[in-house]
Amino acid sequence: MSFDLNLILDSLPRMLAGLGVTLQLLLVSGLLGLILAILLLLMRISGKFYLDWVAQVYIYIFRGTPILVQIFIIYYGLPQFEAVRDSIFWHILREPTGCAILALTLNTGAYVSEILRGGVLGVDKGLLEAGSALGMSARQKFIYITTPLATRIALPAYSNDVISLLKSTALASTITITDMTGIARTIVADTYAPYEVFISLAIIYMIFTFGIQKLFGLFERYLGRYARREE
Amino acid sequence: MTENNTRPLIEMVKVDKYFGSFQALKNIDLEVHKGERIVICGPSGSGKSTLIRCINRLEKHNDGQIIIDGIELTDKVGDIDAVRREVGMVFQNFNLFPHMTIVKNLMIAQQLVRKTSKDEARKMAMRYLERVKIPEQADKYPIALSGGQQQRVAIARALCMEPEIILFDEPTSALDPEMINEVLDVMVDLAKEGMTMICVTHEMGFARSVADRIIFMDEGEIVEQARPAEFFDNPKSKRTRAFLDQILSH
Repeated sequence: MSFDLNLILDSLPRMLAGLGVTLQLLLVSGLLGLILAILLLLMRISGKFYLDWVAQVYIYIFRGTPILVQIFIIYYGLPQFEAVRDSIFWHILREPTGCAILALTLNTGAYVSEILRGGVLGVDKGLLEAGSALGMSARQKFIYITTPLATRIALPAYSNDVISLLKSTALASTITITDMTGIARTIVADTYAPYEVFISLAIIYMIFTFGIQKLFGLFERYLGRYARREE
Repeated sequence: MTENNTRPLIEMVKVDKYFGSFQALKNIDLEVHKGERIVICGPSGSGKSTLIRCINRLEKHNDGQIIIDGIELTDKVGDIDAVRREVGMVFQNFNLFPHMTIVKNLMIAQQLVRKTSKDEARKMAMRYLERVKIPEQADKYPIALSGGQQQRVAIARALCMEPEIILFDEPTSALDPEMINEVLDVMVDLAKEGMTMICVTHEMGFARSVADRIIFMDEGEIVEQARPAEFFDNPKSKRTRAFLDQILSH
């Protein structure tokens, strides 16, 4: 079996041309997913059983089904309904990118909300009692005590989910999107050289993942500054 | 203690508290007047912590009345807030906010609850840090301080809110022995200044020298209350004697 170095050098810049699309999928659905996750978290800890219940059902559905199936349902399934085609969301949903971002957002939101809830549950109850004893309101305790501490507790698991989301963006290539994976598949279809192309692609994702890890590592260090004795 | 004739600052009438089917407080009647220093002792699980946690509504009593300076504790959030403005608390585990510097720990509730300006809050914080003799630690995070220092910060944090009453929930139980005295010294100073204090503690030396009244609890009941001399030298109840024998035997 031969290994064609020139083909790698040739296809690398072409795949990197899809970096923008991959980044867009990651950042937009990551950000929207985080907002959704916070909403779901607030519903779950609201103490209102109906809000909690709605959030739990939502999380169960999106964690319980493959993200590829979710993408297919949104991309192939939703346009069959006239109501969807007539709605204001149609200009998003008729684009594959809109569908992919929607699916990734809905999926990551479900996972991240549970990660955040783990952070909230990990905050020492004694600190909240101290806040109460000082007369702080429930909202003040949530903003000034729970949020900063829960963020730090949840961060390692959250960075894991962001990396997982990066890799999920590759699934967008199944609905005609030309992200890095989509481009790689086109090159493979032209050259019949899956080995070289996909290994190069894998290495690009690994470099990307390394960067995300480093960024979160720095953020973790910053958030954990109060937990280090030497300062 | 001229004000003893007036309305008590804390009034508990026939208070019951349950955790599930377990009755943690049984028919508690207690009055505390302004300036009084009360020590509550008793075996673990006797309800001492639960009793003081009911006073600032960290626990909700199930039956009876608790009236703090004329305000009855009910589900009304406004009343609970009003009571908490008058009642400070110091915890066994200090419970300093780990993500805030020492001075910020002392400022945050002043700013949020009392709407004090940042400058005023800082001044007040530094004043009380000097009183507990650790102003030089102001800009450190709690983790950098020893247990004794952290507990002194926690006392200063409570004082910054200028409460009428301070509750101490086993304030020295989590401390290494050599740090107990620095915390007790601060508490003795407070007592001398006339602060109304309720202390759950096993420090019997402190109880003997500072308390106006010692309350002995067992199995959710107040078994006996007396002045220190009487309490230690001539306890009435068998249960009190058994408890004292145990903790004073060595």
